[in-house]
Amino acid sequence: MFKHIVSGIQNIGHRVIESVWRLGVAARFFLLVLLKSSTSLRRFGLVVRELYFTGVLSLIIIVVSGLFVGMVLGLQGYETLQKYGSESAVGTLVALSLVRELGPVVAALLFASRAGSAITAEIGLMKATEQLAAMGMMAVDPIARVVAPRFWAGVISMPFLAAIFSVMGVFGGYLVTVVFIGVDEGSYWSQMQSAVDFRFDIVNGFIKSCFFGVAVTSIAVFEGYDAPPTAEGVSGATTRTVVTSSLVILGLDFILTAFMFRGVS
Amino acid sequence: MQRTTMDLWVGLFVVTGIVALMILSLKVGNLNVYNPSQSYTIIGNFENIGGLKVRAPVKSAGVVVGRVTDIQFSTETYDAVVTLSMDSRFSFPKDTFASILTSGLLGEQYIGLAAGGDEAKLQHGDKLMKTNSAMVLEELIGRFLFNKASEDDSL
Repeated sequence: MFKHIVSGIQNIGHRVIESVWRLGVAARFFLLVLLKSSTSLRRFGLVVRELYFTGVLSLIIIVVSGLFVGMVLGLQGYETLQKYGSESAVGTLVALSLVRELGPVVAALLFASRAGSAITAEIGLMKATEQLAAMGMMAVDPIARVVAPRFWAGVISMPFLAAIFSVMGVFGGYLVTVVFIGVDEGSYWSQMQSAVDFRFDIVNGFIKSCFFGVAVTSIAVFEGYDAPPTAEGVSGATTRTVVTSSLVILGLDFILTAFMFRGVS
Repeated sequence: MQRTTMDLWVGLFVVTGIVALMILSLKVGNLNVYNPSQSYTIIGNFENIGGLKVRAPVKSAGVVVGRVTDIQFSTETYDAVVTLSMDSRFSFPKDTFASILTSGLLGEQYIGLAAGGDEAKLQHGDKLMKTNSAMVLEELIGRFLFNKASEDDSL
C-alpha cells in the first residue's frame, strides 16, 4: 500500500521534471534559432520559398473562412440587434469582433493546423530519414538551413494572414447585411468607422497576430526537430503541434487581451 | 516550381497582406491623417460632459467638422476642459454655441456647434464662450420631481 503511494508520487515528480526539462530544451532551441537566423536573413531566397508554402498556400483557407465567419457574424448580429432597432450597428459588431479577436485568433488556429502541422511533419520526416544528420555531416547547420527560414516565414506571414482574414470578414458581413438583408450602406461603414480606433483596435490586433505567429511557428519547428525519428514519432509530434499551439493561442489571447483592453471603455 | 513564379506568388501575397492592413486602418479604422497645420484647436469649458470621450466627433449641422482631442479637469473652475481639434476648412464665429448631444437613444455623445452671428472668427487656442452641458438623466428626473413638488405645494 505504502509502496503504491510512493510510486504514484514518484510518477508525478517524474512527469513534472520531464515537462520542465522539455520546456527548457524548447527555450534553448528557440534562442538557438534566433541566434542562427542571420544566415536565413542574408539568404532571403530560403525564406521566400517557405513563405510560399506557409503563406501563399494558406491563403485559400484563410480567405474562405474569413468570408464565412464575417457572413455568419453579420447574420447573427443582425438577428439580435434588430430586436433593439439598432441594426445599423451591425458594422461595428462585425468589425470590432473581427479586428480585436476573431481575426488574429481564428487565423492563427487555421494557420496552426494548415501550416504548423506541415512544418512539423516536414522537419520530423527530415530527421527520421536522417537528412538533418547528413546536413550536419556536410558542415551545414540544419538549424540555420532548415529551421530558421521556416520560423521566419511563419512569423512574417501570420500578421498578413490575420489582416486578410479580418478584411474578408468585414466584406462578408457587408455582403450579407447590406447587399442581401438591406441594412443602410452608409450607416454600416460610418458606425464601424466611428467605433473602430486605429491605436486600440487595429494596432492591438496586429500585435496579437505577431505574438501568435511567433508562438505557432516556434512550437511547430520545435516539435518537428524534437520528434522521435520514427513514423509514430512524427505523427505524434504533428498532433502535439496542433493541440499545443491551439491551446497556447487561446491562453495567450486571454493574457494579451487582459493587458491591451483593460480599462479601455 | 520555377523560382520566378514562386517569387511572384510570394510578392502577391505580401502585397495583399499590406493592402489588407491598409484597408483595415483607412476604411475600417478611419485613420485620418490629421496634419497639425490643417487643423486648429479650440477649448471649451463644460459643467458636465456626461459620457463624452476623447476622439468623439464635433458636428455642426450634422457634419463632422472636428474631433475631441483631450479632456481635462480644471481645479480652478471645477469643470471639464475639452480640447477640440477643428478642421481648418471650417471657421466658426466667436460666439459659437457648443453643446454636448447624444446621437440616437443609446448612441455615442458628440459636441454640436451652432454658429453665432459674430463677425470675428474663432482662432487657434480660443475659448468657446457659451457651452451647454450634457443631459444627465438623474438631474433631469430630480428637477422634474422638484418642480412637481413645488407645484403641489402651491396648490
